[in-house]
Amino acid sequence: MYHRFDAVIVGAGGAGLMAAAQLAGQCNVAVISKLYPVRSHTGAAQGGIAAALGNVEEDHWIWHMFDTVKGGDYLVDQDAAEVLAREAIDAIIELEHWGFPFNRTPDGRIDQRRFGGHTRNFGEGPVRRACYAADRTGHMILQTLYQTALKKQVTFFDEFMMLDLLLTDDGVCTGVVAMDIETGELHIFHAKAVLLATGGFGRVYKVTSNALAATGDGVAIAFRRGIPLEDMEFYQFHPTGIYKMGILLSEACRGEGGILRNGLGERFMERYAPTLLDLAPRDMVSRAIYQEIRAGRGVDGKDYVWLDLTHLPPEVIETKLPDITDFVRTYLGLDPVKDLIPIQPTAHYAMGGIPTDVDGRVTIDEKNTPIPGLYAAGECACVSVHGANRLGTNSLVDLVVFGRRAGRHMLTFVRENDFHPLPKEPDYRARAEVEWILENEGTERVATLRAELQEAMMTDAGVFRTGDGLKRLQQKLGELRTRYSQIRIDDKSRTFNMELVEAIELGFLLDCAEAIAASALAREESRGAHYREDFPARDDANWLKHTLIARTSGGLQLSYKPVVITRFEPKERVY
Amino acid sequence: MQVTLRIQRFNPETDSKPYYREYTVEVEPTDRVLDALNYIKWYQDGTLTFRRSCAHGVCGSDAMRINGRNRLACKVLIKDLGPKITIEPLLGFRIIRDLVVDMEPFFAQYRAVMPYLINDEPPPVRERLQSPEERALYDDTTKCILCACCTAACPIFWTTEWLGPAAIVNAHRFLFDSRDRAAEERLAILNQKFGVWRCRTIFNCTEACPRGIQVTNAIEQVKRRILFEQS
Repeated sequence: MYHRFDAVIVGAGGAGLMAAAQLAGQCNVAVISKLYPVRSHTGAAQGGIAAALGNVEEDHWIWHMFDTVKGGDYLVDQDAAEVLAREAIDAIIELEHWGFPFNRTPDGRIDQRRFGGHTRNFGEGPVRRACYAADRTGHMILQTLYQTALKKQVTFFDEFMMLDLLLTDDGVCTGVVAMDIETGELHIFHAKAVLLATGGFGRVYKVTSNALAATGDGVAIAFRRGIPLEDMEFYQFHPTGIYKMGILLSEACRGEGGILRNGLGERFMERYAPTLLDLAPRDMVSRAIYQEIRAGRGVDGKDYVWLDLTHLPPEVIETKLPDITDFVRTYLGLDPVKDLIPIQPTAHYAMGGIPTDVDGRVTIDEKNTPIPGLYAAGECACVSVHGANRLGTNSLVDLVVFGRRAGRHMLTFVRENDFHPLPKEPDYRARAEVEWILENEGTERVATLRAELQEAMMTDAGVFRTGDGLKRLQQKLGELRTRYSQIRIDDKSRTFNMELVEAIELGFLLDCAEAIAASALAREESRGAHYREDFPARDDANWLKHTLIARTSGGLQLSYKPVVITRFEPKERVY
Repeated sequence: MQVTLRIQRFNPETDSKPYYREYTVEVEPTDRVLDALNYIKWYQDGTLTFRRSCAHGVCGSDAMRINGRNRLACKVLIKDLGPKITIEPLLGFRIIRDLVVDMEPFFAQYRAVMPYLINDEPPPVRERLQSPEERALYDDTTKCILCACCTAACPIFWTTEWLGPAAIVNAHRFLFDSRDRAAEERLAILNQKFGVWRCRTIFNCTEACPRGIQVTNAIEQVKRRILFEQS
C-alpha cells in the first residue's frame, strides 16, 4: 500500500511525539510505531528531567551545560550541550503548559530533586535540578506528549514496523517501508522528510533495563543504508538494576538519599567519589560496583551489592519512589522500607547512534554533511550531547529538546522542498527480507542465537573491556552472522507474526553489536563508559574525537571527527 | 519447578474458533508468567502470539486473563499461581490472534473523553502554578498505562456499549486538574447514556488494575461532579 505524507516520523516515544507535536496542523504528518505509542520505552524512565529552573535553589543553564560536558568525559559536542541546557528550561515549561503533572513545591512551582553528576557552581556539590513526577517521569512525558498529539490530530500507524529506509542514489531521503504487524502487509511511505526516533538497542545485552522492543531498528537500518554510526562503543550501564532481572531502580533512589553498600556493609563510594559519593556519574558508579565485586566485597562473594533505602523516612519511599517500591515488592518480595535491595549494573542507554547536527539532520561524514530529508532524534541519534557517558535525566531532556528542534527544522524543510520520486520497486529489499525469513529452512532458532549474542556482549563489551575480549567477541559475532543465515521460524503465517518480528529484530541487534565491537576495539583508551583494562587512562592527545563506523562493500570502515569544544577545556574528571 | 500452561489459541488463517493447547515448562518460582510465555515461544512453539515490551509492568502491553483474572503477564510470578495456569485473551475485544486482541475500540473510548489538557487562556511565561494539594487530587489517575485490564474486567462492558473504566479514569485525570478548563464539555460526554451511569460499582476494575488505581472511586467522583455541577 502506498501513502504520501510531507513528514513521516518513525517511533512514538518522547522524541517522535515531540517532533510530531511541532508538525501537526502545519503539514501532513504521520507517526509510524512498532508498538502502541503509550507502550514506548520513554514510559519506563523514572527519576526526572533536568532543567536549570532554579525553583528550589540557585541554578544556571551553564552549570547544567558544564555538568553535561564533564559527565560525558569531554567527548560531548559543546555547541549541542549548550543548546540542551538552555532549551531544557523552555521545553519543560512547554510540557507543563501541555499538562505534564509535575510534583510541586509548597508554593505551586515545579519541584526539583538531586540526581547523579548534576552540581552547583561547576562541581561544588549536588544541586536540585531534576524536575519530576514521583518516579514515573517518563510515563508522564509519554502520556502528555501522546495526549498532545491526539489533541493536534496527528495520524498514527500503530503496530507498524519499519523495515527499510528509502534513499535515492544521490543521497536524498524519500521515505520508509514498514510492515503492518497485524496483517503482514508492506506499506510504502513516500515523504519529503523522515525522522528516525526509534530508540535504543539495550537488548544486545543479557542484563538490561530496556524493553524487549529496544532492538536498534532505526540505527541498524541507517547503518545498512550506508549511513555511519557515531560513538557506538559508548554504552551506559546503569548502576542499580534489580539483580539478575536488570529492571531499573532509578537514580532518584540515591537522589533522595539512598546509599550503595558492599557485602561488608561499607559505603564504598566514599573511596571512588569523595565529593558526590553515591551521586557520582553512572559510569563511575557501575565500575566501582564491579571493582568491589572483583575484590571479593560483593554480597556473599556474589556479583551484586546492596542499595540501602532503609534509613529514609518511609513516607519518602512511599510517595517519591512508589513504582520502585512496587517493583521491589513484586519481583523480589522485599520491602525497601526495611530490607536492603540486591542490585547490579544493567545495560541502559546508548550514547552513540545515528550522527546528527543540532537540528536533528542526519550527517554522513566527518564534515557533518547532512542527508537532505533525513532526521534522527532521541536515543537512536548521537548529537552528541552525552559524549562518553550520559548524566541521569539528560535522556529525557535530549528527547524533548532535540525532538522539538528536529520537528521544527522538518517543518521548514517540507515547506521549501518538493517530493522526490521514489526509487523503482521501493519495497523490494523489505519484501525480500520478509520472504527470506518466512521461507528459510535452516536449523537455528532465533532465541538461541539471540541469547548467545547477549551473553557474549555482556562478557566482552560490558563495563570492562580488553582488546583480546573484543577480538573474541568479533569472532563470535561472525559465527552468529553465519548462523543467522540458517535460521528457521515455526510461524509461517502473516497475521501478527511476532516470531517474524523477532527474527528481523535479531538482524538489527547483530548490526548494532558489530558496530559496538569494532568501535570499541579501535578505541585504545578509557573514557566515560568505555573502559579498556589494557588502556586504562583517558588519552586526549590521540582520542579526543568521535568514532564514525560505516558499513561498506569492503567491510566496516572507521573514521573520526573532531569534538566541538567551545567553553570548557578538557580536564581530569574527579567527583 | 515444572508448570503446565493451558493457553487459548486462535489463528484466523487456519482456525474457525479458538481452542486450548497445553505446554509444560521448567521455570523458577520467581519467574514471571511472561518469562514462561517467552520460553514457550522461543524454544517450544514459535507460533504462540502475544504482545509484550517492557516486562516490568509499566508499558501495558501484556494484559491477559491469567487463571481467570485480568493481569499483566510480566507482573505475576509463577509462585503465586501454582503448577496449573490458564491463559486467555482479554474478554470483550475481537481476537486478532492467540492472546492479541484488537485494542482499537479501547483507544477510541479513550479518545472520546478528550484526554488532553484544555486551557485556551494565554499561558504564563513560566509554569502554571498548582499547589501540592491540587496536584494530589488527580495523582491516582495519572498512573494509568492504558493496559485495558479494568475495562476488559467490567461485566457491563462485556454486554453493553459504554465508555468503560479506563476512559473515565483518564477523564478524571483532567477533570480534577486545576489547570484544565474543559470540565463542562467532558462532563457532558460522561453524562450521556453510554457514560458513567452505566457503572454498577462492581469493583472488578479496581481489583484488576495492575497500577493500584482506585478506579471505581474515580468513577464515583466523576458521577458526583456531574450531580453537583450539571444539575
